[in-house]
Amino acid sequence: MAEYRKVYGLGAEFDSAASLMSAAETVRDKKFTHWDVHTPFPVHGMDGAMGLGKSWLSAPVLIGGATGTLIAALLTFVPSWGIYPMIVNGKPFDWRVLPAFFPIFFELTILFAAFSTVFSLLIMNQLPKWYHPVFNWDQFKKATDDGFFMVIEARDPNFSESRTREFLESIGGKNVTLIHD
Amino acid sequence: MSESTTAAAEVSLSTPPELARVPLVQNQRSIGWITDKVSKIVEERTPRWWWVAFLICSPVALMGLLCIGYQISNGVGIWGENKTVGWAWDITNFVFWIGIGHAGTLISAILFLTRQKWRTSINRAAEAMTLFAVVCAGIFPGIHVGRVWMAWFLAPVPNMQGIWPNFRSPLLWDVFAVSTYFIVSVLFWYTGLVPDLASLRDRAKGRVARFIYGVFALGWRGSNRQWRHYEMAYLLLAGLSTPLVLSVHSVVSFDFATSILPGWHTTIFPPYFVAGAIFGGFAMVLTIMLPARLLYPQVDDLITRQHVDKMAKIILLTGSIVGYAYLTELFIAWYGANPYEKFTFFNARLGLEGKGWYAWSYYVMMFCNVISPQLFWIKSMRTNYVAVFTVCMFVNVGMWFERFVIIVTSLAQDFLPSSWRHYSPSWVEVLTFVGTFGIFLSLFLLFMRFLPMIAMSEVKIVTPEADPHHTPHGPGAVANH
Repeated sequence: MAEYRKVYGLGAEFDSAASLMSAAETVRDKKFTHWDVHTPFPVHGMDGAMGLGKSWLSAPVLIGGATGTLIAALLTFVPSWGIYPMIVNGKPFDWRVLPAFFPIFFELTILFAAFSTVFSLLIMNQLPKWYHPVFNWDQFKKATDDGFFMVIEARDPNFSESRTREFLESIGGKNVTLIHD
Repeated sequence: MSESTTAAAEVSLSTPPELARVPLVQNQRSIGWITDKVSKIVEERTPRWWWVAFLICSPVALMGLLCIGYQISNGVGIWGENKTVGWAWDITNFVFWIGIGHAGTLISAILFLTRQKWRTSINRAAEAMTLFAVVCAGIFPGIHVGRVWMAWFLAPVPNMQGIWPNFRSPLLWDVFAVSTYFIVSVLFWYTGLVPDLASLRDRAKGRVARFIYGVFALGWRGSNRQWRHYEMAYLLLAGLSTPLVLSVHSVVSFDFATSILPGWHTTIFPPYFVAGAIFGGFAMVLTIMLPARLLYPQVDDLITRQHVDKMAKIILLTGSIVGYAYLTELFIAWYGANPYEKFTFFNARLGLEGKGWYAWSYYVMMFCNVISPQLFWIKSMRTNYVAVFTVCMFVNVGMWFERFVIIVTSLAQDFLPSSWRHYSPSWVEVLTFVGTFGIFLSLFLLFMRFLPMIAMSEVKIVTPEADPHHTPHGPGAVANH
């Protein structure tokens, strides 16, 4: 049945992290745009080999942390200074009480920043995504074990089933397989 | 001149064997071997010892839950607490468990930021231990409020009475600190688990296992476009958890330090509590990791003597910091010339003039926390599992007594001799505390059975194979990069 399904891309297996990385550098230099490598652990330096910059995930985390601080400020000051002033041991309840609120500020900053980290990670990685065409490739199970894979997608403008197959083999790819959607 | 340069170059190229680093993964195991051995723990048939352990721990846990139910239905009057000793075993147990809960996040966050690569094989189990310890800790202040159904008043939610909590109170800071700590630890732990859950999903034989691991693996594909954000997220979570882990026990110590009670009212408390928490936490990590390692000999190459040695060194360091804090407290009690503080430290705790009712507990604490870890100055003791386990048991006992000393000696004999009261725990308190060990160990046994005990994807990074400049033909091939 597989031949009637849309082609997702071509996958190739590599021997080691080192060979995958040098292959990735070649693919990057050939100006491919829709491709990825799959490894059981993050390979140090692979971002550069793929021509990817630094992750910008820290930006939403900064916003999340700042939101947390702001919410903590409102949460403590609105009741204390506004709707529910409480005098305990004759101590102040207005702006002068700020140092006593620092622990709350701190904890909510961390809490909101941590939630932003995890949710940004999920959104930026488009997870959860329980179905993906690469899972149709039998060998792909090894990507979370000890396999090193590269997949070039069919929607890449440079993609051609025969030429890309030859190209992947020329840069050291083994078991080059057509992956269907 | 040129000869000496060549000689220098040769020296720098070949590391003498005594300076070479001991590999973190022994016997040059491949990354496939790591996946296989760690996943096998989850995949193989439930071993008989596991059932024996679980059938011992889970009834104890159940007993603890029954005691909690009994306490809630009857009120705190069934505890041995009285007027003046209003905090006793419950808060001791709370601080004890929350302290233990510090080691996991320390290992996964602070040791990550300081690039201590040996953390990778122990961080998963230590984080799990953290979560279960915080669960046990949360029980005690929860039931200590007495009318548990009113506990929601701690949360700053708009309510019909228009009442708001007092945000200046350290007890409310505690609510925020502990709950934030628990939530962030869960997030950190789960983020670390996702790639390993994907490994289990891809290896699973049965449909049910594949479905469940698959759902929780979120469709992880190990693609580098994912790893790029993942590594940044992991770094950020480590960066956020590092001040958090230091803040939690500081806030717990504020519960005491902001009061005016002699023995509690000291500025040394935050650093002293944090050091004590790391100390007690590492001891508990070793207390459960050493038997786990014995029961799963296949992970011997991952959790090596080197790891035990390094953890023992941290116990020695933090134990000595704690000892230093004890001595500083005594010095300040003498030097500060406050008669009440002097009485608390020298009479109530040290037992001078025979006035200390609970002085014995101070000496138990001193021996367990300060004297016993000094054994770890000797290298052969740090790598001897029996010695390490014995010292860790002493530390577990000692750290519980530290909180008992702080809480009970200060409360039982405070300012006025006419208000002094003896305290002894009731059977409910004792069984609730024993029950929390059942809860803790049962949860840990379940964790060992169903989740990868060792962070596979992280251990793989520290193998030579993971180095992108590594080739199977040896280090000479590095040159092509």
